[in-house]
Amino acid sequence: MIPEIGHYALINALCLAVILAVLPAWGAWRRNTTAMSLAPGLAVGQLVFVAISFACLAAAFLQDDFTVKVVASNSNSLLPPMYKFSALWGNHEGSLLLWALILCFWTTAVALLSPQLPMQVLSRVLSVMGGIAVGFLSFSLFTSNPFERLLPGSPVDGSDLNPLLQDPGLIIHPPLLYMGYVGFSVAFAFAIAALLGGRLDASWARWSRPWTNVAWAFLTLGIMLGSWWAYYELGWGGWWFWDPVENASFMPWLAGTALIHSLAATEKRGLFKSWTVLLAIFAFSLSLLGTFLVRSGVLTSVHAFATDPARGMFILLFLAIVVGGSLILYALRAPAVSSRVSFAWVSRESLLLFNNVVFLVATLTVLFGTLFPLFMDALGQGKYSVGPPYFNAVFVPLMALLAPFMGLGPVSRWKGDTVARWKGELGISAAVAVVCGLTLPLLGADYNLWVALAALLAAWLVLGLVRDAWYRVRGASSLGSGLRRLTPSYCGMLLAHLGFAACVLGVVATSQYNVERDLKMSPGDSETLAGYTFEFVELAPVRGPNFVADEARFRVTKDNELIATLAPQKRRYLASGSVMTEAAIDAGLFRDLFVAMGEPIGSDGAWAIRLHYKPMVRWMWLGAILMGFGGFATALDKRYRRQRRTATASAQGVLHGA
Amino acid sequence: MHPIRKQRLYLVLFLILFSSVAVGLVTYALRGNINLFFSPADVAAGKAPVGQAIRVGGMVVEGSVQRSDDSLAVRFVVTDYEATVPVVYEGILPDLFGEGQGAVASGALDEYGVMQATEVLAKHDENYMPPEVADALEKSGYDHKGKAQ
Repeated sequence: MIPEIGHYALINALCLAVILAVLPAWGAWRRNTTAMSLAPGLAVGQLVFVAISFACLAAAFLQDDFTVKVVASNSNSLLPPMYKFSALWGNHEGSLLLWALILCFWTTAVALLSPQLPMQVLSRVLSVMGGIAVGFLSFSLFTSNPFERLLPGSPVDGSDLNPLLQDPGLIIHPPLLYMGYVGFSVAFAFAIAALLGGRLDASWARWSRPWTNVAWAFLTLGIMLGSWWAYYELGWGGWWFWDPVENASFMPWLAGTALIHSLAATEKRGLFKSWTVLLAIFAFSLSLLGTFLVRSGVLTSVHAFATDPARGMFILLFLAIVVGGSLILYALRAPAVSSRVSFAWVSRESLLLFNNVVFLVATLTVLFGTLFPLFMDALGQGKYSVGPPYFNAVFVPLMALLAPFMGLGPVSRWKGDTVARWKGELGISAAVAVVCGLTLPLLGADYNLWVALAALLAAWLVLGLVRDAWYRVRGASSLGSGLRRLTPSYCGMLLAHLGFAACVLGVVATSQYNVERDLKMSPGDSETLAGYTFEFVELAPVRGPNFVADEARFRVTKDNELIATLAPQKRRYLASGSVMTEAAIDAGLFRDLFVAMGEPIGSDGAWAIRLHYKPMVRWMWLGAILMGFGGFATALDKRYRRQRRTATASAQGVLHGA
Repeated sequence: MHPIRKQRLYLVLFLILFSSVAVGLVTYALRGNINLFFSPADVAAGKAPVGQAIRVGGMVVEGSVQRSDDSLAVRFVVTDYEATVPVVYEGILPDLFGEGQGAVASGALDEYGVMQATEVLAKHDENYMPPEVADALEKSGYDHKGKAQ
């Protein structure tokens, strides 16, 4: 009964979405206030029905209702309740429902949190989002209904959730990632609404900006969690594989990074308007493309669920409508919204433009590398694969090129600046950065030029930021009041750029100083790696709630001092019989020690063991967390709220005047 | 020329220059870092180049996996039921690797026709087959259990 309620609620949600997509847009066109005023209510109604539907599916999972197909194929009665719940989005149908829920959530948030928006703009924005919801809800209902029953012949027990997904990281990774992916639909909707209305000004950028920053922040955290999960759960100590599905989430992030920077120029200086609109379309299209790549099963990946050509066709068609439609609209309307504002070559605008070019080129090279195998296959040229070396070869130089200019950005002035002033502002920082670059790698195992370069660039970024922040704070009576003088936007920028510096340092240090050894070890053996001695003490069988495991117990010592005891496992899950590696990690700010078990070798109880010493690997994720928090911080800026009050006041003024 | 127009012209020139550099970088990076998939039948027919980075995949032949006693070296044979290719690999095999299962090895063929693998990929779950392997099997006319279709 409960699944049927869920199904029915989903159908209702689709009906509301259709009305939302059509009616307020029509109202905005005909200036019909009644039609327009329905939009927020429809958005809330849509959210309520999708939430009911989601709750019903969650209930089916938690109650082990194996007559529902997705529950039977993705859950098991032995599964801990926490994972039963997260199994909901560990499959195609359920993750699509989560996508729809988050879309409705964003739509409602826009509807409720935007009293400053003119009614026409709000109606257009909500209608565009309603249109996207129509696409996704009908995709869910017509090609991948999560409430499909297995009657008769439903199994006694389910075939279990893929053990790789039975992990706390995976409970929050998809929702965060989807918050980001789908969040770009808000930026997209604002862009389309502006094109429809033909009004694209600084206030448009001001409305769109906090939403875009928040979506970007969610996406950042989502990607970071994915990388962290891959590191400890896929078992082999890698943190980024340039896997097509990782790329699918990374491309919207790159385009989104360009977007949040060009939005800054559009808001502050009224520049790059058409460009910003195009980027908003681009970022959301890449989110949809990501969905297509993941859900259609055209790619080989851990994320690719069971495949069905009809689904691929549906998303491809939807993608064609969204991208084609919005680009046609752009071609028709963009000239009307272009601007003529000038800026000098040496200015903040130029630096932001440079940022945009770098991130766009980075997006395109990643896009090319990801789609190249698909094109070659479609053309019958054979089955190619593009490996990580390609991505590293194009991506790393681009980011290295970005960093020197990134250091200049925060101290530069809008409209026009001089190189002499930059020299005066940053001369000392540059000198200190060079010293850091020369000396910091001495702390590592050996002197490494790449690490030296990374330290140089990171120090350049950090010192520039610190100096700029200090100049803003120092005039105040006390440090506290000085800090209070910094706006949330500025603090957000500070955090995000510091995060980037930490990322650069972490990525380069861990790639260069990483020590990895695969070897055969028997209980009693020991091996020394980067000064740490790993002693294989014993092997013991262990039993978990839904698996049995062999556990290898390790003692790690350094200079005869116990550092950690590590117990990696090789698990066999009972329901599916699948085997999983559970790595053991001793985490630290400056180094991680990592042990994973391969397979038993020979007859004397020996195992293949992987030992890792990974310096500064955490810096990368800490950096990403800083970036994410930076994104959230910018949205707290008062000017987004002050605007609302003045807008309301002026609206009232108009009313009184009339 | 109007100063804004002039600025735009420079901007476009900069973009063209920058993207050509990027395209150059991409083609350079691509040349050394893509690899093509070959089925065992292709390898037997001599279509696969020797000494270049390629991938070979198929079903791991039952009983063909041999391990070394004192190192992580392992040797196995993959087949598409038309031809077989021996694979040598040193390292830890993925969890889902097993005899009678699909696997893809990337590496290079040596002059004796042995695949010197640097990486072995196995399917992601019980019902899933690497698409290349599924395709190669389809071409050879067998299903993944080795039954003729």
